[in-house]
Amino acid sequence: MATIIDVPEEKILHVNNFEFTYAGSDVPNIKKLSMPIAKNCVTALIGPSGCGKTTLLRSFNRMHDLYPGNKYAGEVLFEGRNILDVKEDLITLRTKIGMIFQKPTAFPMSIFDNVAYGLRLQGMKNRSELNDRVEKSLKDAAIWNEVSTRLKQDANGLSGGQQQRLCIARAIAVEPEILLFDEPTSALDPISTQGIEILVSELKERVSIVIVTHNMQQAARVSDYTGFMYLGELIELGQTEELFVTPKEKLTEEYITGKFG
Amino acid sequence: MNYRQKRIAINNIVMTLSTISALIGLSFLFWILGVLIFNGIEALNIGIFINEGAPPGYENSGLKQALIGQLLIVMYATAAGVPLGVLAGTYLSEYSQGSKLAEIIRDISDIMMSAPSIVIGAFVYAIVVIPMGHFSGYAGAIALAIIMIPIILRTTDDMLQLVPSTLREAAFALGAPKYKVIIQVVYRGARAGVLTGILLGIARVAGETAPLLFTSFNDNFLNTDMNEAMASLTVTMYNYATSPYEDWQRLGWAAAFILSMFILSLNIIGRLFLLQKRGK
Repeated sequence: MATIIDVPEEKILHVNNFEFTYAGSDVPNIKKLSMPIAKNCVTALIGPSGCGKTTLLRSFNRMHDLYPGNKYAGEVLFEGRNILDVKEDLITLRTKIGMIFQKPTAFPMSIFDNVAYGLRLQGMKNRSELNDRVEKSLKDAAIWNEVSTRLKQDANGLSGGQQQRLCIARAIAVEPEILLFDEPTSALDPISTQGIEILVSELKERVSIVIVTHNMQQAARVSDYTGFMYLGELIELGQTEELFVTPKEKLTEEYITGKFG
Repeated sequence: MNYRQKRIAINNIVMTLSTISALIGLSFLFWILGVLIFNGIEALNIGIFINEGAPPGYENSGLKQALIGQLLIVMYATAAGVPLGVLAGTYLSEYSQGSKLAEIIRDISDIMMSAPSIVIGAFVYAIVVIPMGHFSGYAGAIALAIIMIPIILRTTDDMLQLVPSTLREAAFALGAPKYKVIIQVVYRGARAGVLTGILLGIARVAGETAPLLFTSFNDNFLNTDMNEAMASLTVTMYNYATSPYEDWQRLGWAAAFILSMFILSLNIIGRLFLLQKRGK
């Protein structure tokens, strides 16, 4: 049994009876999962390793399509259509639903070119327009002060935390509707982690956020809603405070009190 | 002798034997290089670069025809072999997604890399030289390109696979189409390695003699028409070195020296690229 609340806010994503099966497997990795994702909120997904939270996250921008044989079922509604449809234009979809990965993924090019990458893909050529957008994105990602004097330098010279904020700047530069964070701080030190968490809380003014994390304190600190997943199912979705203080499901309680996981 | 002394004794014996073996191997290498440099430099003079071949006994004989022929054949081979090798390697790493065909291509290129080059020369002789009715620079370039392709294909494949898949995913997640992900992100990440593969591929074919004997053959005079038989440093060296005339033998040494220095510098540049990449 599962306890899944409805959200009062407008829903940016609506997941209905979603199933996902990895290539070569007969049993679905995610089973009949339904949940709302609230607009301009942070939704955290927690659960033990292998519970399917990253798999679910990577379905929202159809990342699984990069590898052959993976199968989706059910629906994920976004802007009134099912994005699991085979006819969905993945390139447009991914400009609207961006992603930040576990390890920083700075491209082997300059800091400026990294942030301008998505903008150039969308055909922006005007130099001053590019300069403005890159500067704004770097400021929004709270890294402008550290890199403003060395925009032409190789992005791989930055520290891990700086690279992760650079990746966030790159993702928000194209002004997506949703940002998916896949354990964005698990490779970072505590101070960098704090920086990213503050950033996540600020960004939700403009973009809806789904964040997968292994760190329950992090989920409690940054999110408005938290979903607890176990063995490919969503056990509970609730307001973060409620879920951590008065969980409705026994499994949730056992997990957040550290009885397993 | 206790256990510790025995261990130290065995260690000393093994170390001495392996050091001596290394020295023997190295001494041959330096012997060859030494003789080559000694005889090569002695035979070098400006005339070699500006004069064409001449009958034995003539004073103004040189290697101009072989130098230019060698450059032309290697350039044409590179122009054909590099794009084919890089594109095929890109297919294997980026598009094949672990298919059977990809595994077969990998295995065949590994076999091709160790195939005797004279066999490839004979193959091109049969499919190009005989139908055309004459030797040609083109046939030589084709033979060298065939030798070059599997080398470049495999290094490109390996180097592209070293680029982390998260980097590709990050580019896709920004809405990049696949060809842009490959050209703008994957190639950039693997640039140094792919360039090294190309340079080593060129260095490998630049020293080939056997496949050219069957294909571009030789010419004692300057010819820049790729449709005709053409001189090359390697074949010229072979002819001059086996001739009974001392002045021709000297030219052979000069050719060997120039060719070795060319290949050595390609190898060094290739390795510098890799070092530079690792240093980052």
